Amino acid sequence: MIVVKRKPFEEIKTMLKDYKKVLTLGCGTCVAVCLAGGEKEVGILNAELSMARKIDGNPIDLGATTLERQCDMEFLDELENVVDEYEALLSMACGAGIQFLAERYPNKPVLPAVDTTFIGANRDVGWYEEKCRSCGSCVLGWTGGICPVTMCAKGLYNGPCGGTDNGKCEIHQDQPCAWFMIYERLAAQGRLDLIMEFQPITAWQNQKPRTLVQPGYEKQKEAG
Amino acid sequence: MKSGSNLEKVLEAGHFAFTGELGPPRGTNAEEVREKAQHLKGNVDMVNITDNQTAVVRMSSWAACLILIQEGLEPNFQMVCRDRNRLAMQADILGAYTHGVRNMLCLSGDHCMFGDHPDAMGVFDIDSIQLVNMVKTMRDEGKFQSGGDIEDPPKIFIGAAANPFAEPYEWRVHRLAKKINAGVDFIQTQCIYNMDRFRKWVKQANDMGLTEKVYILAGVTPMKNVGMARYMQKKVPGIEVPEKVIDRLKGVGKKKVADEGIKIACEQIEEFKEMKGVHGVHMMAIEWEHMVPEIAERAKVLPRPKV
Ligand code: SF4
Ligand code: SF4
Repeated sequence: MIVVKRKPFEEIKTMLKDYKKVLTLGCGTCVAVCLAGGEKEVGILNAELSMARKIDGNPIDLGATTLERQCDMEFLDELENVVDEYEALLSMACGAGIQFLAERYPNKPVLPAVDTTFIGANRDVGWYEEKCRSCGSCVLGWTGGICPVTMCAKGLYNGPCGGTDNGKCEIHQDQPCAWFMIYERLAAQGRLDLIMEFQPITAWQNQKPRTLVQPGYEKQKEAG
Repeated sequence: MKSGSNLEKVLEAGHFAFTGELGPPRGTNAEEVREKAQHLKGNVDMVNITDNQTAVVRMSSWAACLILIQEGLEPNFQMVCRDRNRLAMQADILGAYTHGVRNMLCLSGDHCMFGDHPDAMGVFDIDSIQLVNMVKTMRDEGKFQSGGDIEDPPKIFIGAAANPFAEPYEWRVHRLAKKINAGVDFIQTQCIYNMDRFRKWVKQANDMGLTEKVYILAGVTPMKNVGMARYMQKKVPGIEVPEKVIDRLKGVGKKKVADEGIKIACEQIEEFKEMKGVHGVHMMAIEWEHMVPEIAERAKVLPRPKV
């Protein structure tokens, strides 16, 4: 899932300072699961903002809606009849959702209430770990299911480097060395041969904006 | 000859190599480089010039290499993967070669967070083993990574580092084998203090036939004081300092610690001279360049061969 983190309250408050009527928009997918931008978090943020603005003597009128997905035009259409009532839209979706919202309602200022942080997994309730940098050319098949692009601090393809220290990465004692883990897992599986070969230079797939049309859907794209 | 560098000639002729190291200044003072170089001149076969060492900005490695050449010393251009992408790397290799650089050391580089710009983006477009292969492709095939032809390809003697002290130990020789497959000509190891571990590593490399395919220069850094030994033990990633080394330094009077450090280094060098699979020593007397003449003298590696 895409993991996001709510922006510091003061930053959000400053972004909203010139507006008196704002619609806060949650998203029901990733950001709800990672406990940062779902219906509940929209309610909490609005309550905090209302309170703070009241204390400042500059009250704000905040609406609240949580869409099923902000990264899907179909769900954004639902807002058509309400957006005009607001001066600005405050989105708690990931960066993709926020941009789609801004594209769908180009006349409205659209503001981010969260920082999109990473593609990650749920280690425990409220605890997430980055797992993938969407490099576009997945190597997990020969790295024992551990991503060197994301988990190795230098993104090495021919690790481990000389800084690995008793299984820890040179950057921090709390950070496991990805390549140490790759080695251990492949050794246990008897598949070390996979990393004995020299891995040539990577053809990076993520250096320009990417568009993807799944096979079978090309016609639809052409039709616009 | 792959490059015709002095180091290559010394090693090819079967001499025991002795190389030095010099860190460029954090500014524009060329005199500082010249002064450090004077201590090394005639006492080493070649001098490594560090590249933004420990992720701290300094005069660029290639620029300091040129000063060394002007001073009549042979530099070893260190290049880390942290600060440049493949375009900048290939461009710098061409430029440095054009100005007379004949050796390179290909490194990953310490992570930015260790240095003076901890928020910088680490480039790592390619890794150190891929860099080795890139230089080899440029030299032997006359090709850029794009496949395009290089006019008058750069003839570089290609070096890389090895750390026999990082876990998993069993992996270390395989990593060495990988570097050999990628095209490395010589290896300079991490500073050695744990001789047992190093002997095992060299033996494994001998058994696998690796030391016949690559020159190994054993890394030596004499301890100046107990504080330095402790710091290396606790703080420097990838360096292992056994307690007994520290005990030995502590065991002599305060004024004699530096001397004892040199004594330990000389004993190591004597052993390396006899060790099968070791072809020389890389002396990293960091910010201690003025001691190199004395160290070289006491290590009995003088005079340096003229080849
Ligand atoms: S290699 Fe890593 S970054 Fe690339 S797709 Fe696979 S998990 Fe994601
Ligand atoms: S210590 Fe391990 S995870 Fe850290 S940079 Fe080196 S290889 Fe990567």
